[in-house]
Amino acid sequence: MSLDPPDRHGYRHTPRSPFGGRSAARTRTTTRSGEAHLRLYWEVARATARRMTTYRAATAAGVFTNTIFGFVLSYVLLAVVRDRPIDGFDATDAVTFTFVTQGMLMVVGIFGNEEIAERVRTGDIALDLCRPYDYQGWWAAAAYGRASFYAWARGVPPFLAGALVFDLRVPAAAGTWVAFVVAVTLAIGVAFAWGFLLQLAAFWIIDVRGPSQLGWVAAQFLAGTFVPLALFPAGLEGVARALPFAAMNQLPVEVFLGDRTGGGLLAVYAHQLSWLAALVALGRLVLARAVRKVVIQGG
Amino acid sequence: MGDPGTTAGAPGPTTAPGATEPTTAPGTVAHLRIYRRFVRARIRADWQYRASFFLFLAGQTLVAGADLAAIAVIFTAVDDLVGWSGPEVAFLFGASGLSFGLCDLIISPVEHVGVHIKAGSFDTFLVRPVGALWQLLAHDFALRRIGRLLQPAIVLVVSLRLVEVDWGPAAALLVVLTVVCGAVIYGAVFVVTSSLAFWTVETQEIANAFTYGGNVTTSYPIDVLGTWLRRITTFVVPLASITYLPAAWLFDHPLPSGLPRAAAWSGPLVAAAAALVARAVWALAVRHYRSTGS
Repeated sequence: MSLDPPDRHGYRHTPRSPFGGRSAARTRTTTRSGEAHLRLYWEVARATARRMTTYRAATAAGVFTNTIFGFVLSYVLLAVVRDRPIDGFDATDAVTFTFVTQGMLMVVGIFGNEEIAERVRTGDIALDLCRPYDYQGWWAAAAYGRASFYAWARGVPPFLAGALVFDLRVPAAAGTWVAFVVAVTLAIGVAFAWGFLLQLAAFWIIDVRGPSQLGWVAAQFLAGTFVPLALFPAGLEGVARALPFAAMNQLPVEVFLGDRTGGGLLAVYAHQLSWLAALVALGRLVLARAVRKVVIQGG
Repeated sequence: MGDPGTTAGAPGPTTAPGATEPTTAPGTVAHLRIYRRFVRARIRADWQYRASFFLFLAGQTLVAGADLAAIAVIFTAVDDLVGWSGPEVAFLFGASGLSFGLCDLIISPVEHVGVHIKAGSFDTFLVRPVGALWQLLAHDFALRRIGRLLQPAIVLVVSLRLVEVDWGPAAALLVVLTVVCGAVIYGAVFVVTSSLAFWTVETQEIANAFTYGGNVTTSYPIDVLGTWLRRITTFVVPLASITYLPAAWLFDHPLPSGLPRAAAWSGPLVAAAAALVARAVWALAVRHYRSTGS
């Protein structure tokens, strides 16, 4: 991306890919205003989304994989509920649930990534922390940028493929779509905040792949990406519904299926927002602790 | 296993300058010895970071555990899945998971070929007088992947005690064959799908559909699949022969698509054919290799 001219505030932004190798954005802030920061995060999100569009073959390959998994898992669930719906969860719900989930996996980012941990490992984090932006905010912007690309590139195609073979439930009311988009937006935040926390472990143990994998597999399972929570035994379902992971997948899909309206919808948002706030706050707290123990080689 | 590994990367001078064909290629035994040495060095290296090792091992175990938990959850909701009991599906999961785990441990490093192609470091493998595939497998060997097979192995053993089978030498042999042939078939799928990287570089995820997707598919009786997908997994990508056909024979379930009962013993044939195909595809792919920057 080329250098943007100084904007009307007189700041020169060079928002580039926030990822390894290339220099991160440099904001020459003579004064700092909330608006300038917002603009920075907006540019980070935009640049990340644009960067994603480069990987076309990888995107197509990913859609293929999501679609195959969608079919296999759909058929397994169909064998379970085809003849006998469980708690009102019928065949159409099952296949719709599966394909919406497959579409959401990458949007929400429930496989996690280790970009921040990698910067801790290499020491690049020291540079990052010198820069005048909010570290968590920066990565959140990148997560939302990525999600905006994945939403249409990875989210829609598997669903369409599923619709060719199965009778999928498509929300008729515009309100349901809006409610769903809001729920997914919150889900991205919750998943991001969870991943941010997991990666901060790198400050203490350097190689976070193990804990990261533990944290994300647990999240995937309890978010209902393996089996919908509706099929869980009552006790386990109750626990899973209380945890933040339900906010990452199960609850947004329920909104899509039209199971959540009125008070139910508000309960979903309340659950998502409270976990979002808690995880973001915890992430900031841990980051503050971690920064105090950063030792840079030679310094 | 690792049959395709004997295919030494043998590019002509026109396809990859700098890569020369060894005049006297070492035989399979020599390859195995070198491979073993590489692997031992890798294990020693990993062992230096013990906390990482165990945390990662735990992570890998949990990955397999989540798939089992999914099956467990399903069986709390129903008594049988298209006529298959819980222990029978557990057998499918265990056998499939153990095969996949073996293959994951030994063959799955081939997945990283795309990374080496992108970085140009695949050149290094070609200039050495050892088969490129062997080197690749040894280079990215990681003992922690053993976590992926421990838990399915336990499930397999437990399920064998719970299912009703007329145990005889034939049945026992079939179980062993199932696991070994399954690992070879998965290995072949890994090699073939990873070979795609020589043409497309960044399509690793396609491979995931067949490998990890295959593992999930073979953990369930394939009768659950729709007819079209069932035919594909029986005849095109021979995943059904990994666990499903032998298991159907063991538990006296009818075989799909009107296959004769003898088809349950097709594992070794399918595995051999798959290994040959993988070997040919890999050789073709390596011949196609052009280093970066050209």
